[in-house]
Parts: sequence; structure tokens; C-alpha cells
Amino acid sequence: MYLYDDFDRTLLAERVAEFRGQVGRRLTGELNEDEFKSLRLMNGVYLQLHAYMLRIAIPYGTLASDQMRKLAHVARRYDRGYGHFTTRQNIQFNWIKLAELPDAMADLADSRLHGMQTSGNCVRNITTDQWAGVAPDEIEDPRVWAELLRQHLTLHPEFSFLPRKFKIAVSAASHDRAALAIHDLSVRLYRNGAGEVGFEVGVGGGLGRTPFLTKIIKPFLAKRDLLSYVEAVLRLYNQYGRRDNIYKARIKILVHELGAEKFGREVDAEWQSIKDGALALDPAVIAEIAARFRYPDYERLEDSPPALEAARKADARFATWVDNAVNNHKIPGYAIVTMSLKPVGKPPGDCMADQMDAIADIADRHSFSEIRVGHEQNLVLPHVRQRDLPEVFRALDAIGVATPNVGLVSDIIACPGLDYCSLANARAIPVAQEISKRFRDLEVARGLGRLHINISGCINACGHHHVGHIGILGVEKNGEEFYQITIGGRADENAQLGTLIGPAVPYDDVPDVVEDIAQAYLELRQQSDELFIDTIKRVGVEPFKERVYATR
Amino acid sequence: MPLVKSGMVVEDRFLRVADGEPVPEQGPVIVSAERFLADAGEFAQRQDAVGVIWPNNRNVAELEPHLANLTLIALVFPVYKDGRAYSQARVLRERFGFRGELRATGQVLRDQFLFLLRAGFDAFDVAKPADATAFEEAARRYSVFFQPTGDGRVTVARVRTSRDARPAPVRSERVSA
Amino acid sequence: MTSPLQQKLKISGSSVVTANRLADGAVVYRTAEGTWTTDIDSAAVVSSAEAATSLLTAAKADGVQAVDVYVAPVKLKDGQILPANLREAIRLRGPTIELPITFGI
Repeated sequence: MYLYDDFDRTLLAERVAEFRGQVGRRLTGELNEDEFKSLRLMNGVYLQLHAYMLRIAIPYGTLASDQMRKLAHVARRYDRGYGHFTTRQNIQFNWIKLAELPDAMADLADSRLHGMQTSGNCVRNITTDQWAGVAPDEIEDPRVWAELLRQHLTLHPEFSFLPRKFKIAVSAASHDRAALAIHDLSVRLYRNGAGEVGFEVGVGGGLGRTPFLTKIIKPFLAKRDLLSYVEAVLRLYNQYGRRDNIYKARIKILVHELGAEKFGREVDAEWQSIKDGALALDPAVIAEIAARFRYPDYERLEDSPPALEAARKADARFATWVDNAVNNHKIPGYAIVTMSLKPVGKPPGDCMADQMDAIADIADRHSFSEIRVGHEQNLVLPHVRQRDLPEVFRALDAIGVATPNVGLVSDIIACPGLDYCSLANARAIPVAQEISKRFRDLEVARGLGRLHINISGCINACGHHHVGHIGILGVEKNGEEFYQITIGGRADENAQLGTLIGPAVPYDDVPDVVEDIAQAYLELRQQSDELFIDTIKRVGVEPFKERVYATR
Repeated sequence: MPLVKSGMVVEDRFLRVADGEPVPEQGPVIVSAERFLADAGEFAQRQDAVGVIWPNNRNVAELEPHLANLTLIALVFPVYKDGRAYSQARVLRERFGFRGELRATGQVLRDQFLFLLRAGFDAFDVAKPADATAFEEAARRYSVFFQPTGDGRVTVARVRTSRDARPAPVRSERVSA
Repeated sequence: MTSPLQQKLKISGSSVVTANRLADGAVVYRTAEGTWTTDIDSAAVVSSAEAATSLLTAAKADGVQAVDVYVAPVKLKDGQILPANLREAIRLRGPTIELPITFGI
């Protein structure tokens, strides 16, 4: 956990004071909506269909238990008792009143929480792997670098009015759990052939109307150069990104139009001028930030303690949950626990205030007071002793976050869609609910194996449907909701965009289509442990198209 | 539109000369980029101050050879959300060492004052009179700065790692169970 | 649906002018008296582009009460004013999904 110091706290307090003034000036009319809109967006305040929405940053997905309790407090005091965890490791509250926002933000700031730059044409929340710092396949904790970038890019005077939003992801593991390839800027920490640790930097990923995956423009960047290089990228984007057309304003368009190689050369030219200046990272600066990341006082424990094995044998439900939701930890005797926020038939990613408080308590007792938020809209307890797993299961089960469907067909990622969002063309949440009800039988779900469904209610693709194993995009045709279905997308280190399998289908047909796709997979797979995504890779999309659209 | 310099509303002593109009013999003048570059030689001879208004979609590197002859560069924010001039300002100040007046024009609102100051602007063609009088207050809104720019404000990183600084008190957050 | 804020003004049938209340974001409708109401049945109904434009212009001028003002289609039935598309139905009645039990508190 990164420990705030007085500078960090002061910045938040000053930001709250500034926003209070801005809200005051808006309510009197001294600021009109056009003048105010960018300011409120830079504090994470959207206007949705029914109310304002407040998006709160959870930097690189790490939350302390006291922060989780503060989120519960905000949910109760300023909202309707629940929040929604998003695909960028943020949380959203849907029923906020503008007039109460400054107070809500003051309450949040007390717990080191804020909505700074969670919206607007600026650098957004920097995301990473929800297992950062504890994953066995990681070489270093990527969050130190995410924090260095976060500070540098917070209220950056040059980059607060970019052509469009700018999303950065950082990872340091061999398996990409941060969806690097779909970000405007990707930073992957790795060890090169010479044994040096540095960054592979990519640009130009992003979904939406014109989806692109990142192009690597810097195969190896030394740690010292991270800030200056990112500065160079942003300066080019700020100056040359398109500002005439909102649909062509992301950096992915600039990279595509110039060509990645040329773009990379332009970045290098700019970078040469600044790399040895004030942004060159002093080892003392890096060490200072790294030192304020506190790690737990892990005990010396053995893997697979006898109590755990006994509990597995005694309780089949517990065993099922362990097999599904518990993963290996880099420290012997510990485990990473995923808490599913996808109970069958409920809105994916939503969490009630009572659940937040209970999770905070469980984290205090069993996870060194730390919680993580994943871009799949589930939560994680990152430091659980294996011998405590039975007790943790009971506690999580009691509050409804132990559905053993992590990574399975009913672990659906969905945007809020037309039920909440003013940009949407169609609903996403009830589609997710219907699908998850169809697959409520856990044996069936387990039989299908790892299967990611992503649903977006419009082309802005906040549900990341392009990179879903099954992607579902809501569109509007003659006032009715229709859904385009893609398959074969991936968001990991083998990222690719999904392929459309046929014409859009009406709202009522979507769960049937998903069942047909699942059925097709069962028929086509070579053996029972061939993953859905691998079957598609092997046989292609045609066999699925034929089966699904045979009768449509 | 009030002009603010050093935190006060001041009179603009520069005369804006349109393309095609003759440049007066005396007095500070501002001309367009095209005019300035076309007549750079003459402007270099001019006794009184010369300023140029530079569009936000043109590379400021074109001005580099002429900086010694320029008293004022006016950069443009066609709308406040168009942030290109922030980059132009920083390059002019920090890379090319421009020391003259760097003026923000266009839709210049109170909520951008501090960003503008940090990027190197020192004069502001403010859109609203009320914002002009609130300049000082707006400029003091933040005391914590993470990014080193050319404005000389000490960054947090520097203070944190300075050997002479007292370590900032860290509110302890106990993480062990 | 494309954001109604970007649509050209084309009226076929009946329409109201709607927006979100500035202070709390609640859905409101413009009345004939020049005020805003959350009750759609009290909304001013227009059926020509001229009337809609005039109502819209007056409504937009009131930037301190309401934001994101636009013209929305409605159906008239048995003296009631009903939303004429899914988006307006959701704006009026709330999300179509069951909200947590804390709703309304």
C-alpha cells in the first residue's frame, strides 16, 4: 500500500476547496455549463440519465480497508447504498447530487480518495494487474511505477486539456492481467536478454468506434527514462492529436495515421531534448516512492497446510470455491482470493454498502487490511493465509461474494448501459443478468471452462466487448435494442479483437445465442480441457457462425 | 478583455496591427505570424517592441531564430479545452529560453490560471472581468506541485528527497494484521 | 440512441422539452409556465417544429436550473403523457433492473 504523506493530503484538500468554489460558481450561474463541464469531468463527475455519477479513482486498483469503509459511507450518505466497480479499477456512484458533491469529496479526501482525472480529456486512472505485488509470475511490483506516473500526471499543467482521454496500464508479469494492448499507453516491466530490467512501451491501443491494439514503439526503456519518455509521448499527442473530430481524437488515430514507426521516431526526437533534464529519474526519487509502499509482515508458513486439505475433503462447496477463486501467491503459505461480484441474476460489478463494510472487516482480519479491484469487476483479497481459507470462505459466502464463477461464463463484464448511461444505445445489465441465469448451473459453467463475456451498451465499448471471448455490443435499430455478437477476442498477452459472427439479434434472443455458442464449443472442442478461446483459434469462426445462425 | 500581468489588471500597451495595414513608426505592436516572418528583417531593426500572435497549430520552432527580437509572444486558446498552447509555452520558455512576455489569449478563464502560470505564461487576456480580479486568489489555489516546469516552483519530489528537508510526517497506516 | 443533444430538430407527433435539474441531476420537463417539473403530465406538449424551437430556446436560456436540454418524443394516451422511446421511459421511471433494497432511502 502506498502511504500518503502531507503533500499528497494537501493536494487533495486543495483540490476539494477548488471544486467547492467551482460548484458554487456553477450553482449561481457565474459559470455556465460549457465552462463548468470540463472542470467537473476532471473531478470525475458525469451527468447520466437520472442523476450525476461520481467516478472515484482507485489508483492501480489498490484499496485499504478504511478506504473501503469510506466508500460504504459515501454510498449510504450521498447515494443509494451501493456502488459499481468498473473496467478501469474505479468505482462509480450513480445517484449523486451536484450540490452535495463538495462534501462527498471532502469525506473521500479524508481517506485519501478522490475523483481527480477519472474523466475528461486528461490522463485517467493508471491501472495494473489486480495481483500486483503478490503474483508469482511478476518480476517487480508495477505499482511503484504506476504511482510515479500518477503523481507526475496529476494536475499536469501541460497535459490537462488533451485532445481526448488518455489511459495508461502498467504490468510486470509474464501473463498480462492488465489488458495492456487496449490502452493508449502500455508499460510492461520485464528483464531483457542482458538481464536488465526496463520497460517495453506501446502506444495507440483503444477500443470504441475504431478499435486498435497497441504498437510497441520502445522495446526497451531504462527505468531512469520513464517520466521523460511518457512526457514526450504526451507532448506529441497534445500538439498533433486531432481536435476537429471527437471520434478521431484518441492517440490511436494519430499513431495509425502517421504509422507507428514514424510516430516512434517523432517521440524519440522530442525525448532526446528532455531525457537528461529534470525528468530523469533520480534513484533517490524512485527509492523514496518505493519506500512508501509498505508490504505485509508475512509469516513463515508452509504451502498446503493440513487444515486446508482436511477442509477441502470435508466440504465440497468449499473445495469448489478454492479451485475456482483461489490462486497461488508468491509467498509460501499464502493465497490470492478473488471475490466474485457476479452473483447469478444480479448486476455485474455492483457492491452494497453492507458488503463493502464486511469486506473491509474480512480484509482487516485476513488480508493485512488490503483489497484489490480488478478490471473484470471483481474484488481481490491479496494476502490470505492458506490455513485461513475455510474461515474466509464462510465469511465471504455469508455476504454473497463467494460465487465460484470467477472466469467462467457467468462472470460477465458489462458496462452500465442504457439503464444508467446517457451515451448508451441499449441496455447491458439485464442482458448480463439473463445470460447468467441461463448458466446458473455451476456444473454447466465449470464444464465450459474459462469463458469471458463482455457486454457494451454502445460503441464506446466501456464493457470492452471487442476483446471478449464472446463480445456483445448493443445497437439501436428503429427504436429497438439489437445486439451484435463477436467471438474470439482476447485482452491478454495474445490480445486480439473479436470477429463478428452474423447480423445483430434482438434483445430477447441474446441468451439463446450465447447458449448456442456454448453448445457449438462443446461439440467442436477436441478434448474437455481445450479452452473456448483455443477452440476458436483452432477451428476458426465459421463453424460457430454456421451453428448459431443456422436457424436465424 | 482585461489584461492581467503580475496579478493586476493593466493597460495593454501593444497595438494590434492587422495584416495589410502599415506598421506605425513608434510604439509597441503585435502582428500576425505570417506578417512577422515575412518582414522579420524589418522587425529586427525596429526600435520599439514587437510582438507576434502565434497560432496554436503551428510549430514554435519557427520562432526560435527570432526570439531575441521579440518582446511579446501571444499564444492562443481558441477554446479553453484546446490545450495545445500549453506545450508551445513550455517549449518556448524551457527549450528556447524565451524571456519576454508570454501572453495567453482566446478563451482564458480563471480555472486555468495556475496551469498557465506553470506552463510559463506571465500575461493573460482574460475573458471575464470577474476572473481578472480573482487572479491572485486563483494563482494561490494550490501549494503542492508534482511536475518540474520552467516556473521555478519546487516540486514535491525535490522536497521529499532533499537532505535538508525535515521528513514530512507520514500518517501511519498499519498494514500488518 | 444518438444523444438527443446532437439531433436536428424534427418533430413528428408530440414532443416535450426535457433536461436534468442542475442541483441534483433529476429528470425534469419544461412546463408552459416556464418552470421545470419532475411530473411529465405537467409538461408542455408541442407538435410543431416552431413551437418546439421556441420552447427549447426559452428552456435553454435557463442555465441555472437545468442542463442538457433537448426535445423528446412523447405519446398522448387517455389524457396521459407517455415517453415514446426506451431512453425516455428509462429517464422517467428509472433503470429497468431491480435496484438494491436501499433504493429510495
